[in-house]
Amino acid sequence: MSNITLEAKNITKYFHDPTTVKVLSDINFSVNKGDFVSITGKSGCGKSTLLYILSTMDTDYEGELWIDGESTVKRKEAELAKVRNEKIGFVFQFHYLLDEFSVLENVMMPGLKLGKYSPEEVENHAMEKLKMLGIENLALKPSNQISGGEKQRVAIARALINNPQIIMGDEPTGNLDQKNSQIVFEVFKQLAEEFKQTLLIVTHDQSFANRTHRIINMEDGKIIV
Amino acid sequence: MNIKLIIKIAKSLLLARFKQTLVAAVGVTFSISMFIALLSFMAGLNDLLDGLLLNRTPHVRLYNEIQPNSNQPIYSQFDTNNTHNFIHSIKSTVSRQEIYNSEAIMRTLKKDQRIMGIAPKIITPVFFNDGAIDITGVVNGIEIQSEGKLFHFNEYVTAGEPADIERLSNSIILGKGLADQLLANLGDVVQVATINGERFPLRVVGFFQSGMQELDKTQSYASIATVQKLKEKPNNYITDIQIKLKDLAKAPQIAKDYARLFEIDAVDIQTANASFETGSFVRTLISYAVGVVLLIVAGFGIYNILNMMIYEKMNTIAILKATGFAGKDVQKIFLVIAMSIGFFGGLAGLILGFGLSAIIDQIPFETPSLPSVNTYPVSYNPTYYVIGAVFSLITTFLAGWFPSRKASKVDPVVIIRGK
Repeated sequence: MSNITLEAKNITKYFHDPTTVKVLSDINFSVNKGDFVSITGKSGCGKSTLLYILSTMDTDYEGELWIDGESTVKRKEAELAKVRNEKIGFVFQFHYLLDEFSVLENVMMPGLKLGKYSPEEVENHAMEKLKMLGIENLALKPSNQISGGEKQRVAIARALINNPQIIMGDEPTGNLDQKNSQIVFEVFKQLAEEFKQTLLIVTHDQSFANRTHRIINMEDGKIIV
Repeated sequence: MNIKLIIKIAKSLLLARFKQTLVAAVGVTFSISMFIALLSFMAGLNDLLDGLLLNRTPHVRLYNEIQPNSNQPIYSQFDTNNTHNFIHSIKSTVSRQEIYNSEAIMRTLKKDQRIMGIAPKIITPVFFNDGAIDITGVVNGIEIQSEGKLFHFNEYVTAGEPADIERLSNSIILGKGLADQLLANLGDVVQVATINGERFPLRVVGFFQSGMQELDKTQSYASIATVQKLKEKPNNYITDIQIKLKDLAKAPQIAKDYARLFEIDAVDIQTANASFETGSFVRTLISYAVGVVLLIVAGFGIYNILNMMIYEKMNTIAILKATGFAGKDVQKIFLVIAMSIGFFGGLAGLILGFGLSAIIDQIPFETPSLPSVNTYPVSYNPTYYVIGAVFSLITTFLAGWFPSRKASKVDPVVIIRGK
């Protein structure tokens, strides 16, 4: 088994509306197991677009994407959903918790979907993750009654529930104040260093990027460093 | 496992918009209950109207038709295969109206498993003399027991004791209209003249009211023995055998069988009353049409609410998809929502519909022509409840299908980036 978790080969993407624009051209890079990588660049350079392609949610591109040694090109929507469920954890800029559920249920949701463990086991795992992030006291609260920083930590717990190959973040600190950004960064750092969790974070926060292990800098749809 | 999770998510989404859900469910409840109440009432009315006719009409009637002989003498000389015979002025033969060998026929009929019962009858036209005028009428000679059992005769006798026509000799039950014309009361004697000119005094022991006025103005009933005496015929003389079957639908076939077997004329109820069936069919059709329209309207309500819910829950759908729910799972969630609205709304509708029918059943409905009916007729046929339940599920499924397909096609990237 190779050490590569995620590999992008010659990824090119166009936007067709209103006119055809090349947003990504010939992106090649790979992420190794245990890497803590950040993608930076100016607004509009295509870094978020790239992340959505890497996350398998966007399938309208040219090139190849390999996740955990498997190609994701030309796979069915349901299969890609399974890949996302099992191998990728997500943290978005806006927490995106399901308001109808409690914090614990939000964290459990992808685990229940995976169906690998019984609901009781999933609940135990979810509590472990919440404990690890120091928010186990929030478990039974409705998810719309906690603060923004807490929400983002809940989202991280949810991303971790299925022990994914890689965690992807889209500006995870973009909407947080200094203090909460610091907390979230510490969580990521802890995950990378203590648990050897692979992380791929898109950010335009240079100070955040500087503290990661590897920086991929993008400009005009190309990787420059 | 997966289904449990999908139901759990659907439930949470439903409860989050409880008021809207309730409105949609009430729409289904309303339409189903109206559907049930309408059909039950309509069917009850149909049964009543059918009963007016069916109760008194034999499913198969055996008799001798007055008609020209189908085997004319010339056919024995020139058969119709080679020649064409022109015969002018054919007349009906003066055949006997009596059923030949009636006792043997009745014995055979009683052994037939398809038959519920038989009732012999003599129909004879007479004149009722009332002073200077003669009123034409018909005397039906009946066997009161079988007539009562098979054709509910007793229900239509509004005054007097039906069995008296057999207990008291020379007695008669008059149609109410006829009695009014003759100014006859119970116990009076009316003069009856046969076509041959014989006059008979008959005692009135009861009045009869069928619900059809024209019928009541001409019909009267006496025992078979009385009519045989009237016609000066022996005691095996009958003109009609009325047959009631276990299965009404088999009447045309059975009528054909007996016509051949007994060499007699046989007419089935479907042929004799073709227009009547059309009427009850059209009434049923109309009530179904109204019911289905109600359900479709409720379906649009569900469609609207689900559509709105999907727009409101775009974020939820996007996040479910991003964390590994496939389009199909999302579609199932919204289908479950629609179906549960249909299920619970429909269930409440069935109960409410039953309640409404029960209320209609209690409303007084007095009509002089229908002495046996006191309240509005309602049918509690379980078929309507089954149809209502199935329809509520089908409509809500269809109403949920299109919005849920839309939900399954939501592109999570657009939603997540768009914020």
